[in-house]
Amino acid sequence: MAGGRISRWPLLRQLRGEDGRRDAARSSRTDALRPRVERADTVARSVCPFCAVGCGQLVYVENGRVTQIEGDPDSPISRGRLCPKGSASKQLVTHPGRATKVLYRRPYGTDWEPLDLETAMDMIADRVVRTRRETWQQTFDGKEVRRTLGIAHLGGATLDNEENYLIKKLYTALGAIQVENQARV
Amino acid sequence: MAERMGFFTDTSICIGCKACEVACKEWNDVPDDGFVFRATSYDNTGALGADTWRHVAFIEQDGRWLMSSDVCKHCTHAACLDVCPTGALFRTEFDTVVVQSDVCNGCGYCVPACPYGVIDRRERDGRAWKCTLCYDRLRGGLEPACAKACPTDSIRFGPLDELRARAAERVERLHADGVTEARLYGESPDNGVGGTGAFFLLLDEPETYGLPPDPVVTTRDLPAMWRWAGGAALALAAGVAACFLRRT
Amino acid sequence: MAECHPVGFQWVMEARLRGAKVFHIDPRFSRTSAAVDRYLPIRAGSDIVLLGALINHVLTHGLDFREYVLAYTNAATIINAEFLDTEDLDGLFSGYDPETGRYDPSSWAYEGDVEQVRTLSEGGLAHAQAAGSDSYGARGPGASARPPADPTLRHPRCVYQILRRHFSRYTPERVEELCGISRERFAELAEAITASSGRERTTAWVYSVGWTQHTTGVQFIRAASILQLLLGNMGRPGGGILSLRGHANIQGSTDVPTLFNLLPGYIAMPNAHRHAGLNDYLEREGADTGFWGNRRAYTVSLLKAWWGEAATEENDFCFGHLPRLTGDHGHYATVMGQIDGTVKGYFVIGENPAVGSANGRAQRLGLANLDWLVVRDLTLVETATFWQDAPEIETGELRTEEIGTEVFFLPAASHVEKEGTFTNTQRLLQWREKALDPPGDCRSDLWFFYHLGRRIRDRLTDDEIDRPVRELTWDYPEEGPYRDPSAEAVLREIGGTGPDGRALSHLGRLRPDGSTRCGCWIYCGVYADEVNQAARRRPREEQSWVAPEWGWAWPANRRILYNRASADPEGRPWSERKRYVWWDQARGAWTGPDVPDFEEDKPPDYDPPEGAKAEAALRGTDPFIMQSDGKGWLYVPSGLSDGPLPVHYEPHESPVRNTLYRTQANPARRIFHRPDNPYNPPLSPRFPYVFTTSRLTEHHTAGGMSRTLPYLTELQPEPFCEVSPQLAAEVGLVNGGWATIVTARAAVEMRVLVTERVRPLRLRGTTVHQVVLPYHWGYRGLVTGDVVNDLIPFVLDPNVFIQESKSGTCDVLPGRRPRGTALLELIERYRHG
Repeated sequence: MAGGRISRWPLLRQLRGEDGRRDAARSSRTDALRPRVERADTVARSVCPFCAVGCGQLVYVENGRVTQIEGDPDSPISRGRLCPKGSASKQLVTHPGRATKVLYRRPYGTDWEPLDLETAMDMIADRVVRTRRETWQQTFDGKEVRRTLGIAHLGGATLDNEENYLIKKLYTALGAIQVENQARV
Repeated sequence: MAERMGFFTDTSICIGCKACEVACKEWNDVPDDGFVFRATSYDNTGALGADTWRHVAFIEQDGRWLMSSDVCKHCTHAACLDVCPTGALFRTEFDTVVVQSDVCNGCGYCVPACPYGVIDRRERDGRAWKCTLCYDRLRGGLEPACAKACPTDSIRFGPLDELRARAAERVERLHADGVTEARLYGESPDNGVGGTGAFFLLLDEPETYGLPPDPVVTTRDLPAMWRWAGGAALALAAGVAACFLRRT
Repeated sequence: MAECHPVGFQWVMEARLRGAKVFHIDPRFSRTSAAVDRYLPIRAGSDIVLLGALINHVLTHGLDFREYVLAYTNAATIINAEFLDTEDLDGLFSGYDPETGRYDPSSWAYEGDVEQVRTLSEGGLAHAQAAGSDSYGARGPGASARPPADPTLRHPRCVYQILRRHFSRYTPERVEELCGISRERFAELAEAITASSGRERTTAWVYSVGWTQHTTGVQFIRAASILQLLLGNMGRPGGGILSLRGHANIQGSTDVPTLFNLLPGYIAMPNAHRHAGLNDYLEREGADTGFWGNRRAYTVSLLKAWWGEAATEENDFCFGHLPRLTGDHGHYATVMGQIDGTVKGYFVIGENPAVGSANGRAQRLGLANLDWLVVRDLTLVETATFWQDAPEIETGELRTEEIGTEVFFLPAASHVEKEGTFTNTQRLLQWREKALDPPGDCRSDLWFFYHLGRRIRDRLTDDEIDRPVRELTWDYPEEGPYRDPSAEAVLREIGGTGPDGRALSHLGRLRPDGSTRCGCWIYCGVYADEVNQAARRRPREEQSWVAPEWGWAWPANRRILYNRASADPEGRPWSERKRYVWWDQARGAWTGPDVPDFEEDKPPDYDPPEGAKAEAALRGTDPFIMQSDGKGWLYVPSGLSDGPLPVHYEPHESPVRNTLYRTQANPARRIFHRPDNPYNPPLSPRFPYVFTTSRLTEHHTAGGMSRTLPYLTELQPEPFCEVSPQLAAEVGLVNGGWATIVTARAAVEMRVLVTERVRPLRLRGTTVHQVVLPYHWGYRGLVTGDVVNDLIPFVLDPNVFIQESKSGTCDVLPGRRPRGTALLELIERYRHG
């Protein structure tokens, strides 16, 4: 085994007469190099999440991890190209600073506390129901309004259409009218 | 061997977006280069180095703002390769010059050898790093990450002969449009490094962009040097091989 | 565009290589300026002077595309005699009430429409109070389909003559005086756009928030519309006014709106003062002619999508379930409500108002006065952590242990960890496939709202106020390990279903009788043939240059709006070079590489019968099918709250006097005099410089998705201000050193970049220095810095309630700002002089 490795050692290959600056110098790792996207288990066709040009992205996943995001050459919008932000998309979705746990800060608290996702969802639902009741306006200026001004929402413009649709639908049914978006600011 | 492949970077259509810098880092897993505000126009990565393999220069002139994405030149006569004692640097089947990180021992001989100041040792691991022209991508038939990302196609990748022809046409067109200062940099096989695999269309003198006006391969006396190095290596190899044999 | 939409800019670069001439007009010399034929620096906020002068140039020299203008615009329409222009009232239009700062727009109507407008809008102040973004959705109460007109354009009250008078004072001299653009440069621009318009050529205008974030933002775009209509550049390839939107789904966020004044598809939210039942609402919210004449079908289909079987003809299709507006309930009104204690609970989803919204201090004071706050994002953004590290903690204005806000932070799934559609800046819906499941507790916002809705419904009572939630359709198939609701099922509901339960193919199939359901009428057909049309990805090489089989554009997959105007009134292309959609006499249909934005079989010579409704009331020569008269509106008789024509007003805070009229600033702008929102006085020597906020290629908006990433952070690691060498010398700034920018709201420090790209503007007799401030940083992230938005006050465009971020006044001091209470003292001194 060691002999195999040694025989591939660039110096020995050079001594055997191969060009020291070409093939003789190649390590076995170099010989095995291939673009990692070839090993991807799946490729998802996606769209860049930064500006609104809507550049096509190909998202390569290997062993449950994103291994590369690059432009989709089929796209008539972007022809496979990406700007620096779009090119940083892999880092956006894989960087260690991403938050992955629910955090809770109690009133007047000085630090975060961990919280179970299901518990958090129940607590939030309780607060919506309670605040809605407490701040319900049936009439305003003598007119029927059926609403609450006690609950408001501000969304970013990287929310999907489907998400915005459920947001508007749910809040409207709840009577919460202060529903706003980055599109305003 | 495959055709010689290279870059033609047409700075006349560069918009300075730095997609090349980021796409390179994402593909090659190059670490960040530190967070330093340099107050030199929009350039905060400074120069090519171990952690910056594409670098966009910003030059503010009276009424113009020049931008240019620099990269390893992949010289015909590559001094870095000539002086590398370990064979870490080698010339690929695409006629590009690549460092093998598994072979490099960090001796650093290549660093002063480069007439462009491109190759550089990384503080953290001591080894030498630079653009590989995405050698792994090329082996799969893909273009380098920077060229693929470039929004305006300022960075073109392809067979060097085709790129040279295209570049000549582009200069002609610019001259016809009155942009008489347009010129090519590095494409000529007669220059001091025998021509570069990555060459540029510039709109001013090379010095303006921080490029050496007349680079010369630092290993002009190469054949003699190589013979000497070969002899030394032979002695060294014999000793090393003996060690291995004894351990087996 | 090169700066903020680099990949889109590839097409501009290609156009340049093919001979297009490109101008860049901007206060700031950006990467775009470096890549064009001519850069024109302009004083921030003076764009209507420039656009007005271009309009005047076209009208004075008879350079309009007369055949287009006569056939397709309201140039010939006669305006009623009560209308008074800013020419008559020195900067005001008729109908202004100085008490309330609002207009009653009824006197702006077409001849013969005044009475009808008064009746429908209840006239007077009740209407004026509500005129604006909180009314009418995207339209006005409408106007007659066939108003009186003078095709000779000689009638003194026809729109064409009103325009001539109105814009006559917008001259190259005024451009030089107010914009800082020389007469020679103006002449070059005017020559270029007129030479490149007409039958054979078109000119396009492209804008971004540099036009919208002003107290006159809507009128900036209106001015461009007038110019483009006069030159025949609307509805044609290579023409148009293209809004470059800054986020992946800003367009979608207004189409399927999470905006207070809109329901999906630009249908207005009902207003308590104007609308009782459904019939009353429909009668008052628009004209009966043009495509909005079908609004009963659009509205009823929406109500059916939301309330299903519970929505019946007898109960107004649950129209009563909709809550009612009573004025401005926008973002800034909400924040003031937080400070005043009316808003108790706040959801912030993928947004970061603590650094991303104007008057950051007020934003954070609002957050600190809530009962509870839910923040969902990829990282812990400043809005989630304000109670720990807001600047007000440092100054002592807030203390962590005294902030009662309960905060829930829930991590979000990224764009590759969920599926769904974005609508890009050209109205193109593109479906994203999901690449993998999100990590840890991260979930999509679709998951969050679906499961929140489920939990809320579990907690409901039989109480009447719970009925709209109880009866809401909220059943979506669940998928995967986290029980995600099916995004495709939601998209299908948005796209609409017919009486047979099958997906609808086209918005023309929507019915007013409750037999169709559709969550957003303009997206109707996105699921045609039970196929997710937004997921189509036929490679660009395999289809025409229009690429109709890539994604799906609203409405009805039309790629250029109003494209009937790309043909002449007889239906022939204006020129072979510019052919796009035309009438095929043999087939009896409109044809071309795009889907016609017109009824496909309506011939050019179609003349509507008396009493026709909706689109049937428009002629075969009326391309602007959403308008009640089918015309492009040079003059807007209704729907705007600050006038039927653009007028140059100075920004709310300006160092320059308005020399065009005695009225200094937009009289209808929304102002809020509150202690937490102090203003710099106009023309104040304490605030002698102009600042404009900006963006960098390397960062994204308030930075939550960029200054958290090493690869972007290293490229622009610190907040900085761009100043000219002259201003640097005047103030004593050093390149690479520090500067402090001061307004009545805040003082922020940043590094200094001295650059000749920023040029002092020579106005008549005075020099205006502009400071350019990229705004991407905050008090968290890999690098930190002061919040530029803290400098900006709440002062809003009256139509859309967008803040004036792009032109304000400030002082500039050398060095870093003081810390702690010393900072408050500095600001206090500036406030009171």
